[in-house]
Amino acid sequence: MNVTFAFDPEWLSVLTAPFMTNAIEAGLLIALAAGIMGYFTITRHSTFAAHALAHIGLPGATGAVLLGLPVSLGLGAFALGGALVIGALGKKVSEREIATGTVLAFATGLGLFFARLSSSASQQMQSILFGSILTITDGQIIGFAVFDVVLLAVLALVYRPLLFSSLDEQVARAKGVPISLMNVLFMAIMAGVITVAVPAVGTLLIFALVVTPAATASMVTRSPFAAIVVSCVLCLISIWGGLVLSAMFPTPPSFVIVTLSTLMWVVAKIVCGRKR
Amino acid sequence: MSETPVSPGTVAEHDAATDAVVLRNAEVRRGGRTIWSHGNLAIPAGTVTAIVGTNGAGKTTLLDAELGLVPLYAGSITVMGSPAGQNNGMIGYVPQSYIAGLDSNITARQSVILGLTGTRFGIHFVTREEKARAQQVLEFVGLADKADYRLNELSGGLRQRAAIAQALVGGPKLLLLDEPLANLDMASQRAVVELLARLNREWGMTIQVVAHDLNMLLPILTGAIYLLDGHPHYSPISSVLDSDLLTHLYGTRIEVVTTPQGDMFVTPDRTLEPKERDQNTHAAAEAARFHEHHHHIPPKENNR
Repeated sequence: MNVTFAFDPEWLSVLTAPFMTNAIEAGLLIALAAGIMGYFTITRHSTFAAHALAHIGLPGATGAVLLGLPVSLGLGAFALGGALVIGALGKKVSEREIATGTVLAFATGLGLFFARLSSSASQQMQSILFGSILTITDGQIIGFAVFDVVLLAVLALVYRPLLFSSLDEQVARAKGVPISLMNVLFMAIMAGVITVAVPAVGTLLIFALVVTPAATASMVTRSPFAAIVVSCVLCLISIWGGLVLSAMFPTPPSFVIVTLSTLMWVVAKIVCGRKR
Repeated sequence: MSETPVSPGTVAEHDAATDAVVLRNAEVRRGGRTIWSHGNLAIPAGTVTAIVGTNGAGKTTLLDAELGLVPLYAGSITVMGSPAGQNNGMIGYVPQSYIAGLDSNITARQSVILGLTGTRFGIHFVTREEKARAQQVLEFVGLADKADYRLNELSGGLRQRAAIAQALVGGPKLLLLDEPLANLDMASQRAVVELLARLNREWGMTIQVVAHDLNMLLPILTGAIYLLDGHPHYSPISSVLDSDLLTHLYGTRIEVVTTPQGDMFVTPDRTLEPKERDQNTHAAAEAARFHEHHHHIPPKENNR
């Protein structure tokens, strides 16, 4: 077994290849979506729901391959369906988490079942589970860009009520913030973010891209807006850093992306722990 | 009181003008079960009222009903002249779990500002007036020097004050607090009670506090709503301080004792105390005799 990381002297030419240009553009769009929503995911105590949504999307993704439809379409549809169900379950954590976890396990099993029904779906399985940022197409990038524009437009409209209801649901409800609407809206946007981020790192590693940079950002900042900006930057460092490093030392980009994200979190955790 | 005859209409207007909260035959049900019913009471404006009752008596539900968050099954609740839920902009609400924001990086100041701007849709920048308003309430609650600390860096008592500041920033006329003293040490409890007293005295704020332990609040209370046998009643504080009523209310023996610090409730429970502890208090002469007693028993036994 050979686990040495061979340095690729041709890495600069790899970085300028067309598929890498697509990956770099996609990375920017994914970092924006994941960085913004990661902060809300943490303040809403919905990190498990975010993780589960990716898995709930799995049978949608493999099912889409089976039917000859785009992977993102199936993934998005299933994630959105799961998001609306979890959103309707409300914020009573104990009940919601058990229901979410049960659906997560069932969906993953169903995803495997669909994948085994055809050889093409079986081949796609690996890239759905672990991501394939180097195979992102021009069409996907347009889709990501449209999603980011919609996300920014919606957030410009609901930023404060969404933040208020995330931080302090009871007071926000008393003040007239439509809590149920915020809940469903958050979950729906989350489904979109998952759909956008899965091609980068896959359903299994998505936590490290959507939640971890936001957690790191929360540790080092003192306002929601600063946390969101830093979270996007950390997410971007993870993805772009992952692309560059995996070109220099040929490794799966997903691996390097989640490693960078995790390293930054560990460093922040140690530094902030020392301050206390 | 007045010698001129008063028509019923005038009485109603009088109520609307001076009563902060009026319940008329109010009943709340949840899941088909009556939480409480036949709520008939009027809380005058400018008063400090405790809401007391056993666990599950519906104290928090009463706050929810006053906020219009729980539909009434019967009757009506009027808050500052309008049906419950229509005047929520004039109500400051501090819910029980002030752990809000603990997992976030938000500071006390941002939390207070969000109390002012959190309901607004669309893009708004925080104005200078809003920042000044937040600073004013932070100073009032004594958090000016800790305003830029994160909520999770503050002690429980200071977090409670931050939550009160958030409730105050909108300039409410009525402040509803759910168990504001729970899980606080004595000094923090005292600081919160002093803050409520100042709010009532200096700002003329009408305050309702859900509380388990009334002792800390007694000096500032004008009256209490007690949820007894499934019905909310209002009583001025002088009649609440009655051992039999309190015993009935809490379902455990409660005595009212007068101390140099004022009236206090105690819940004597002989069975929980260690056997060797004195179960009775004694006058000095009695105690001396008791002391003597101990010394004299052994020789007597030896004589036998």
